[in-house]
Amino acid sequence: MVSSAEARQHSSLPQEIKNKIVIEELSVGYSDGTESLRDVSLAIPDHAITVLFGPAGGGKSTLLRTMNRLNDLADVISLSGHVWIDGVDILDPSVDVISLRRRVGIVFTQPVVLPMTIRQNLTYGLELAGERSRSRLEEAVEQSLRAAALWEEVSDRLDDPAIALSGGQQQRLCLARVLALEPEVILLDEPTSGLDPISTGKVEASLQELKEHYTFVLVPHSVQQAARTADYAAFILDGQLIEYAPGKQIFTNPQDQRTEDYVEGRFG
Amino acid sequence: MRRLRTASERNKLTQNIGFTGLRLAALITVVPIVLVVVYIFWQGSPAISWEFISGFPREGMRAGGILPAIVGTFWLTLGTGIIAVPLGIGAAIYLAEYAPDTNWTRAIRIAIINLAGIPSVVYGLFGLGLFVLFLQFGTSIVAGSLTLAIMTLPVIISTTEEALRAVPNSFRVVSISLGGSKWQTIRRVVIPQALPGILTGVILGLERAAGETAPILFTVAAFFLPRLPTSIFDATMALPYHLFVISTQVPGMPVQIQYGTAVVLLTFVLSMNTVAAVIRSRARARRQW
Amino acid sequence: MRELNWREYITTRLIRACGYSAIIFVGLIFIFLLREGSPALVEIPLPSLFSSRWYPIEEYFGILPLISGSIVVTIGATLVSVPLGLSTAIFIAEIAPRWAKEILKPLVEVLAGLPSVMLGFLGILVVAPFIRTATNIPTGLTAFTGALILGMMAIPTIVSVAEDALDAVPRTYREAAHALGATEWQTIWRVTLPAARSGVLTAIMLGIGRAIGETMTVMMVTGNAPVLLTGLESLFRPVRTMTATIAAEMGEVATGSVHYHTLFLIGITLFLISLIVNMAAAGVVFRQRKRAERILS
Repeated sequence: MVSSAEARQHSSLPQEIKNKIVIEELSVGYSDGTESLRDVSLAIPDHAITVLFGPAGGGKSTLLRTMNRLNDLADVISLSGHVWIDGVDILDPSVDVISLRRRVGIVFTQPVVLPMTIRQNLTYGLELAGERSRSRLEEAVEQSLRAAALWEEVSDRLDDPAIALSGGQQQRLCLARVLALEPEVILLDEPTSGLDPISTGKVEASLQELKEHYTFVLVPHSVQQAARTADYAAFILDGQLIEYAPGKQIFTNPQDQRTEDYVEGRFG
Repeated sequence: MRRLRTASERNKLTQNIGFTGLRLAALITVVPIVLVVVYIFWQGSPAISWEFISGFPREGMRAGGILPAIVGTFWLTLGTGIIAVPLGIGAAIYLAEYAPDTNWTRAIRIAIINLAGIPSVVYGLFGLGLFVLFLQFGTSIVAGSLTLAIMTLPVIISTTEEALRAVPNSFRVVSISLGGSKWQTIRRVVIPQALPGILTGVILGLERAAGETAPILFTVAAFFLPRLPTSIFDATMALPYHLFVISTQVPGMPVQIQYGTAVVLLTFVLSMNTVAAVIRSRARARRQW
Repeated sequence: MRELNWREYITTRLIRACGYSAIIFVGLIFIFLLREGSPALVEIPLPSLFSSRWYPIEEYFGILPLISGSIVVTIGATLVSVPLGLSTAIFIAEIAPRWAKEILKPLVEVLAGLPSVMLGFLGILVVAPFIRTATNIPTGLTAFTGALILGMMAIPTIVSVAEDALDAVPRTYREAAHALGATEWQTIWRVTLPAARSGVLTAIMLGIGRAIGETMTVMMVTGNAPVLLTGLESLFRPVRTMTATIAAEMGEVATGSVHYHTLFLIGITLFLISLIVNMAAAGVVFRQRKRAERILS
């Protein structure tokens, strides 16, 4: 058992970095008793890629989805603790979840494109938010596609059904769709697990390029991807935070035996 | 007679007999349906003429046309749709998208199941008691449409709910993650995807309403009313009731006219059926998930 | 933003109201049947109500012949529709090739949509004369004729519900049975059907419910004689069901008369029967319905 206090000891983050998200003693329980979180405390810095890694079913997705209250849709029976984003506790019932979700976007494991055209997929979120100006929507389409490195490939067929794109293109479209909303935080839940290595490389490259402007929280689909992409990395096992440190440190010199075992492939 | 030596030979034989039985049963079920449709068209089509469709009945309905009945059924079906479609789709959206797993929701489901099972003539009594007498609508198109609408509701609700539930959940999650509210998500993603299924259900429900007689017996149907309704508080003739009247209540009725009326009613019903089938198969071919 | 919340609130309320309307309608139906029908219980002494003579013109309101008529026709219809309907459902779900399904399913749907008057009409003109000459009885408008046609009409209900139930049986069950060396026939009988039994039961009950409630066809083809059934031979005599009685007589009674109240009382009886049948059918469904609704992995 590792207490949250201990976990915080492991997290030897440099103090001068601004923390975008601060998670404090977060516990989540589901009615069927699976994949819960216990007492997780974690500070996620701005303008960096923070990786949540660990074996499947450990609660990474839950942690991710709590950060934009998407977990409200699941049958959560118990929820305690705080998730501060820019100093506001987003778990507070009075928080406007809809504008929260516009600020904190998410990209899912499976690229789920909405059954519309490419353009409509990109403007969907903005239109819901009430944006009606054609020119601003057009601008958002182009900018987000360029940012997700998809513009060159699809600029001539924006009005085709999005489902016609390849898997890798669909996933980058999903990223672009989130970028179009100009969020502050982007959550990525194993975004490349269904993709071939080339597409995966493109997505990872986009992330590196974009991280100047966003806070990324990534659940990687492998330890290798975690090691490649992480500025900071948190090892999560059975609903608990085991270790949290800068990526370089956790993958080369883990402090906890379990982290070491996992990183070196002895289980998981 | 050769003796069956092995168990597997015996099994094979049982299976062959069994399958033959099943095929036969399916055949017995289906052949009458085809026969009914073909027979009615065969017997009735000679009676069909422009005058028959566009004319008023004459000589105590023994001659002339059936226009008032056609128009009456049209208005009744339309009225039923206007009431039942929004209500039914709303209820289905509630059940598929909003309803929490509580005893109240279970009560709604049980109510719908019961609405589906109540005999059509009991709907007629209810319509008579509530709409015709208590609310004093009289025997009128409103009273009939309301009665038919409540009867049609369960069909629309259950098919619509099924269509909504068939839309993959991931679409909802994505829409909500992009800052969509619940209703925005339903309106912009879920309903468009479920639309073919909803339409199919609506059409099948209205088809049933169009063919019903018992619920309109005491709420709207006029035995013989050789003019077109001018307001929703008018009584009207209707095709199914007219067919009932001329096949049981009018002595010396030419069989031609009876079959002719049956043909018109059957065409009405079958065309709705076909439209529903076409919508469904086209949607299946085009579906993106 | 404010405007959006407001619109969201109204829409949600409206949708919920639609959902609850179903309960309101069932309630209204019951209330108005009761309102018009319950006076009959006061106006007619119970023994006369449960006597065997229905002759309203002379104030005989014995409903036993009507009940027996309904029972006989329903049982007959069940005997026709259950074997045929279930076999057809099994055929469609388990062994029919694709092309056969593509033909069978729409046809069964057509049957479901055929107006009952039309089948009654054909019953009078085609089926009844045929039965009269085939069995050499004075009239072809008998309980048997009604049962036959009603049986056909209940088939679509049975087929669609039972087929859904069979379809819902996981593939793996069948594969496991085949792997153990069972023939397809054995798999159907010993694995698939038992696994789908609650759905099949629901199908049968809903089919029966459909038969009890059918009105126009039985009114047209059963001859409408309110006589108490005495034995098997009365299957080939005219009978009159509860539904047909209401449909045939309600048009001619004075509002508020004893006869009027009695017809509503029969309506209440039908309502309660359908309530029981459907609750029983639903009870079978609800037991299976419990499933986790967690949508996130």
